[in-house]
Amino acid sequence: MNKRDWNNHPPLVYPDYKSTVVRNPAKPLIPVPEEMMDLRMPVYGDAVIDKLDHDLTKNSIVNGEPLGERIVIHGKVIDEQGRGIPNVLVEIWQCNSTGRYIHKLDQHDAPLDPNFVGAGRALTDDAGNYRFYTIKPGAYPWGNHPNAWRPAHIHFSLFGHQFADRLITQMYFPGDPLFAYDPIFNSVPAHARDLLVADFKIELTEPGFALGYEFNIVLRGSRQTPFE
Amino acid sequence: MKYKQTPSQTIGPFFAHGLTAEQYRYNYTSIAHPVVADHSVPGEQIIVQGRVFDGAGNSCTDAMLECWQCDAEGRYSDRQQDPKAGGFKGFGRVGTGMNEAGRYEIRTIKPASIYGQAPHINVTLFMRGMLNHQFTRIYFSDEEDLNARDKMLNLVPEDRRQTLIARRLEIAGATVYEFNIYVQGEQETVFFDL
Ligand SMILES: [Fe+3]
Repeated sequence: MNKRDWNNHPPLVYPDYKSTVVRNPAKPLIPVPEEMMDLRMPVYGDAVIDKLDHDLTKNSIVNGEPLGERIVIHGKVIDEQGRGIPNVLVEIWQCNSTGRYIHKLDQHDAPLDPNFVGAGRALTDDAGNYRFYTIKPGAYPWGNHPNAWRPAHIHFSLFGHQFADRLITQMYFPGDPLFAYDPIFNSVPAHARDLLVADFKIELTEPGFALGYEFNIVLRGSRQTPFE
Repeated sequence: MKYKQTPSQTIGPFFAHGLTAEQYRYNYTSIAHPVVADHSVPGEQIIVQGRVFDGAGNSCTDAMLECWQCDAEGRYSDRQQDPKAGGFKGFGRVGTGMNEAGRYEIRTIKPASIYGQAPHINVTLFMRGMLNHQFTRIYFSDEEDLNARDKMLNLVPEDRRQTLIARRLEIAGATVYEFNIYVQGEQETVFFDL
């Protein structure tokens, strides 16, 4: 099991994102010898995936299609050596096209979409590939500082094959003018921010249907070869 | 390494419709639940409960815990996880947002001691304000001898070990282990650099 690459992840406390100050350990994390880091996780299989789980434009339809710009996201989950990782459970959640989450505590005064819950999941195939159809999320305001807005983003959660190989991250859209003002995006070291921005791809764009984006994800993986 | 790890980001405050939908009663399914082992599973049935506190002493009502443990015979579940099946799952997920106190509750069985380690539950903690999730462990207060010899506990400075030990209580005929997580502050819980 490879270590977390602390040069690439945000610091624990990033004061511009205010709640990090009281919501992170102040004492040093306890180092763990490498041989004690390995603990396999449950392997997920088709039993956790329903037919429409990867299609957020269809998986919560009540009386019509969700509103907004349809997109398709293709990606590959790889380890640090570039090997595709099969059977990775990828879960996503997001707000709707107006910037409103279905969550009961979301106070943003923007309309809910009765045909969009904004949650989905997929399993990577033998080569590590996954795919989602969804609606491009809107930007939304939050209370961190005056006139604070989150750039459009989709939350991603992934399980590698080891307990410690866990990742929760956010996928952003290229060229968002809010990047400069968002402390959550900017908490990532400058050299690594691009890794969170999907690429628009005309080749992945489905004619007459959905704009195509590519978002590849690198998990820690293990130095030793393969996942048996 | 040829490829750089994708940076971590916070789970944010609004994860529940995606990650804990059934617990929070959103109209979506869940892959994991606060029930890690149901009553059909052999072993000592226990409830693990507690709260998550920030450095200002406030209970966090928007945290999520994941737990991963072996069964009473020391087996980690390696079968494909079927969220609809009962029995022993080993893996659980619980959010702290279902009551104002921010209390979480996991129903499971007490894990066995394996590989010379004291019985324990592996825990991953996520929440708003946490850009990187944290790893900790739950040990049990009635396993003093095994705890004293446990390799992982022995990596921890002695005066902080008790932050990883859940307190055994009997409540209304049930065996309850109380495990509060203090993310920061004087009683700060130990987190591992996993
Ligand atoms: Fe968000």
